[in-house]
Amino acid sequence: MPLIEINKITHRFAGLCAVSDFNLAVLPHELIGIIGPNGAGKTTVFNLITGVYRASEGSIKLEGKELVGLTPHQITSSGIARTFQNIRLFRELSVLDNVRIAHYGQIAYTPAEALLHIGRFHAEEKRITNQAMDLLSIFKLDESANEKAKNLPYGLQRRLEIARALATEPRLLLLDEPAAGMNPNEIIQLMEFIRWIRQTFSVTIILIEHQMRLVMGICERLVVLDFGATIAQGLPSQIQANPKVMEAYLGEEVVL
Amino acid sequence: MASIKTACYTLPAHWHTLTGNKYFWPVFVLAGLAFCMAVDTFDFVDLYLQLILIYVGINIILTVSLNLINGYMGEFSVGHAGFMAVGAYIASLLTVYVFPPGAVGVFFPLAILAGGIGAALVGFLVAIPSFKTRGDYLAIVTLAFCMIVKSVLENIDAVGGPRGLLGMEKLTTLPWVFFWTALSVWVIRNLVYSNFGRGVLSIREDEIASDLMSVNTRQVKIIAFVVSSFFAGIAGGLFAHALQFINPRMFDILKSTDILIMVYLGGIASISGSILGAVIYTILLEILRPLGIWRMVLMPLMLVLLMIYRPRGIMGMREARLFTPLRDLVTEKLWRQKKKEAPDATD
Repeated sequence: MPLIEINKITHRFAGLCAVSDFNLAVLPHELIGIIGPNGAGKTTVFNLITGVYRASEGSIKLEGKELVGLTPHQITSSGIARTFQNIRLFRELSVLDNVRIAHYGQIAYTPAEALLHIGRFHAEEKRITNQAMDLLSIFKLDESANEKAKNLPYGLQRRLEIARALATEPRLLLLDEPAAGMNPNEIIQLMEFIRWIRQTFSVTIILIEHQMRLVMGICERLVVLDFGATIAQGLPSQIQANPKVMEAYLGEEVVL
Repeated sequence: MASIKTACYTLPAHWHTLTGNKYFWPVFVLAGLAFCMAVDTFDFVDLYLQLILIYVGINIILTVSLNLINGYMGEFSVGHAGFMAVGAYIASLLTVYVFPPGAVGVFFPLAILAGGIGAALVGFLVAIPSFKTRGDYLAIVTLAFCMIVKSVLENIDAVGGPRGLLGMEKLTTLPWVFFWTALSVWVIRNLVYSNFGRGVLSIREDEIASDLMSVNTRQVKIIAFVVSSFFAGIAGGLFAHALQFINPRMFDILKSTDILIMVYLGGIASISGSILGAVIYTILLEILRPLGIWRMVLMPLMLVLLMIYRPRGIMGMREARLFTPLRDLVTEKLWRQKKKEAPDATD
């Protein structure tokens, strides 16, 4: 049974069809890539899955549970986490707090207990602080736990964003252009890193990417979008040979 | 390490052993309360000075609670005087008309509490537009709220209309002010250092990211507005029973502006800053009183200079370590110790 089943979702911005008839079924533990030229609607797909936008038509089911109509925090709590194309950390807050905030959906104390620091509050705070520190140490960020997030170097900020997403304990992780701003060497490292995350946290991953080297290297299946429409789906090798994809990326072949 | 240094910024090193002691706050609060009670019973402090101290306390409550919305949540509310008015009127009506005249002193804390709860309910209503609007637009909503409260009060004859309400006994004593001030500072500090408080901060930083990191932003906004307006209502009740007279004009936009000035003077998103801001502003206004009308020129001028040279206020976005719960520091330290002893345990 697929972990997430996206069925014919369509989204329009005032007449402009950003995504139309998008279908995707992802099995547990798969690693899927969504590629396509600029403005193809890739990030819109992520925004639809996570509830930032509400799909005009179609359904999105996570293990049979309908997600369309839920608010973003409900969707995150049911097991989907994401990162952003342009890093969106809580910049003025400490690295540790960035991760602790992502435990919001799991805390067992009530607002009243938080206001008076009584009951389950102390045990829970200890638990989420330790969990957050454990997670940071796995990502080798524990030394900078008290730094403000904005003071981290760019690469560490990207890493923190992934750590923060994993703190929500997702089953499905959505990575929006994780390789943005990286050189070929770093991309090779990133490929290893993404594979390792999938193993360590046993998550299913969907990633959006421009860098062909990355998607061809690690994705098991690819979906190609162009002007909101799915123009191809399949194995990386099939996609590479697909004339429609070549056309979308390089333009139509001209016979001289 | 740099950030730990900024957290300790305000105090000399040898203070840390004192303030890091877990008995520091209980002892400080009890001693303060005992002192206030002694002042109240034996009257060895000038009455005028006592009144100023009462205003300092009330202003601390107002500033700390407004900072929750304007500093921690990053919104711009100008309706704080409105919440204060609700608390002031409810508490005053209770002590003047409802509670038995002989035993008003006994019921006084109940009246204040009722004022706070009334204001909190109104705060809940104001939280609802904040789901949809932010920034300047929410500022206009709170401004409108403040005007509504004022005109409603002006048009109800039962509460004295524009002439206002009098007949309250002078029930706001120094010990009560100290008690409510300590309570409000403690509760708001508790909130800030919980995951709900971190949720409030994350809304300021990036509301969409916060929602996507499982923060229930609506719940967080309701909590912030309700807590903030609750304490504004408390302050209103205390204010009414210190001055023994209230009218709707006292709670207009100018009163809100006063509180805003104290928040931005002390520094946003800082409890220690709010306390400093309220103390400095209240006392300076009194010291400058001999200057007459000129103090209203001097004070704003000082603010202009402050905004130029210290745009985030005295303690903007920083906190004295005194106000950080020890557990927060200890948990992390223990974690590091454990890791040092068994480096692989966490991997």
